[in-house]
Amino acid sequence: MARTESDVEMADDATGGAEQNGSTGDEFRKQRLRLLPNSTETAASFAFDKEDHTLGNALRYIIMKNPDVEFCGYSIPHPSEAVMNLRIQTYDDVNVFEVLRKGLEDLSDLCDVVEDKFVAARDEYAASQPGGEAS
Amino acid sequence: MEGRFPPSNPWAPLTAEELEARKVVNVNAETVTNTAATDIPGHWGPEQDDSWNLGRFRDNLRIDFHQNKPHDAAFSLVGVDASIANAFRRILIAEIPTLAIEEVFMFNNTSIIQDEVLAHRLGLIPLTGGEKGLKWLRSFRKPPPKDDFAAQAAHNDDGEPSTASDFNTVVLGLKVECRWATEALDGRDGKKLAKEGETDPNVRYVNSNVYARDFKFMPQGQQETQFAGEDAIKPVNPDILIAKLRPGQKIELQCHCIKGVGMDHAKFSPVATASYRLLPQINITSPILGAEAKKFARCFPKGVIGLEPSDESDPNSEPKAVVKDPMKDTVSRECLRHDEFKGKVKLGRVRDHFIFSVESTGQLRSDELFLDSVRLLKAKAERFKKHLSELEEGR
Repeated sequence: MARTESDVEMADDATGGAEQNGSTGDEFRKQRLRLLPNSTETAASFAFDKEDHTLGNALRYIIMKNPDVEFCGYSIPHPSEAVMNLRIQTYDDVNVFEVLRKGLEDLSDLCDVVEDKFVAARDEYAASQPGGEAS
Repeated sequence: MEGRFPPSNPWAPLTAEELEARKVVNVNAETVTNTAATDIPGHWGPEQDDSWNLGRFRDNLRIDFHQNKPHDAAFSLVGVDASIANAFRRILIAEIPTLAIEEVFMFNNTSIIQDEVLAHRLGLIPLTGGEKGLKWLRSFRKPPPKDDFAAQAAHNDDGEPSTASDFNTVVLGLKVECRWATEALDGRDGKKLAKEGETDPNVRYVNSNVYARDFKFMPQGQQETQFAGEDAIKPVNPDILIAKLRPGQKIELQCHCIKGVGMDHAKFSPVATASYRLLPQINITSPILGAEAKKFARCFPKGVIGLEPSDESDPNSEPKAVVKDPMKDTVSRECLRHDEFKGKVKLGRVRDHFIFSVESTGQLRSDELFLDSVRLLKAKAERFKKHLSELEEGR
């Protein structure tokens, strides 16, 4: 079974992306973020393709945690379309793009912390069990 | 916690007590109140700092394991918002890729179970194999059905469909034929035994049951090394009954297994269940003593409420109800139905204490699955950070 060119490309993409599991293959290449019409620097709506409540609600929460944000909400306009809309409005002259970027960075940092703590807690538990590894 | 009117400064930061109180969802006799999280900047005025702070998050986050078996992990995740915990749960169920049978090629099926029903049954069998090999496998992009134009349109801007290859398709074979047991081959004559009144199909026939263990892994290309020996792809449970046969009936087929996600089909979901509940809180506001204490303890599952002497120095004093292990409580609210406990107890749930239960189907370990879900959420965030930069550059 020979690897075709596109197969190799796909495999490479996946290793760089959704960690080794390679969940989403070459979805990295395609732009999945759109800016909806009538958006300004301080009030904008973004459309996330192929995203749902999983990212929508988590991102909404973390962006709301930003004191520069006046409003943040998300919606899924229609259940049979895999699109999630995110609305951000900021105070003063704060740029929505920066707010969204900070939100994504905060979410990423949060995951790192959870991962570290989870591994530590698991190892500690394994050590505390009489049998050593998983009970 | 609904209203807050400190006399001097209405915008004063929350006191320690108020911070504790806003963490609790009140479970009352007929209602549930204080359900929404309020740790949002501005909600409690400008003096209360609720902004995102990674250091503070790290200090407040706590994870305690209760159980860590490969097929069943239970742990507490304390100090995160429901939206984050729910994201992990949703990813566990629907977005972590796993291997399952997707394509079934029937060469011969003379059993009473129809091709399509059999194929569906096969798809639902959980598979497992070497962890390293499973990580090495890539997901397979299936072309949409020929008659589904909407799916085709969506697929077109999605990239090329995959071609079956050793790094994205695993082949399993199944070839079983049922026959009468014979003296020569099996040491018993099934037909003779049947005449004598034997009714047990296991004695009369050979291969009357087709089990998941009858699958034969047929490694392709590099799979020979990736899934060598113990790491071969096999069903998690060898005793899953696939079909029943009678002499002369035959099943011969080949399966192509691919990596997919739970949102496409439940067979790809790596977990049987992934759920969380909030830690129950029982607050005894004024002492419950004597016979009442015993009745109070009976309102809860065993082990939740304990009885202790009300006077510590005197072990023979009247027993007093104390909360021993709220984790075991089911929040049945039974205690709120009895008048004698009125005003003496408050029930609630701790808003940021999630008791997770992750039950893997067996392909990956439960604790690894949760880690995968955390990494996947991070990957999502990182991906959209990239997309955001591209969007700003006007691409």
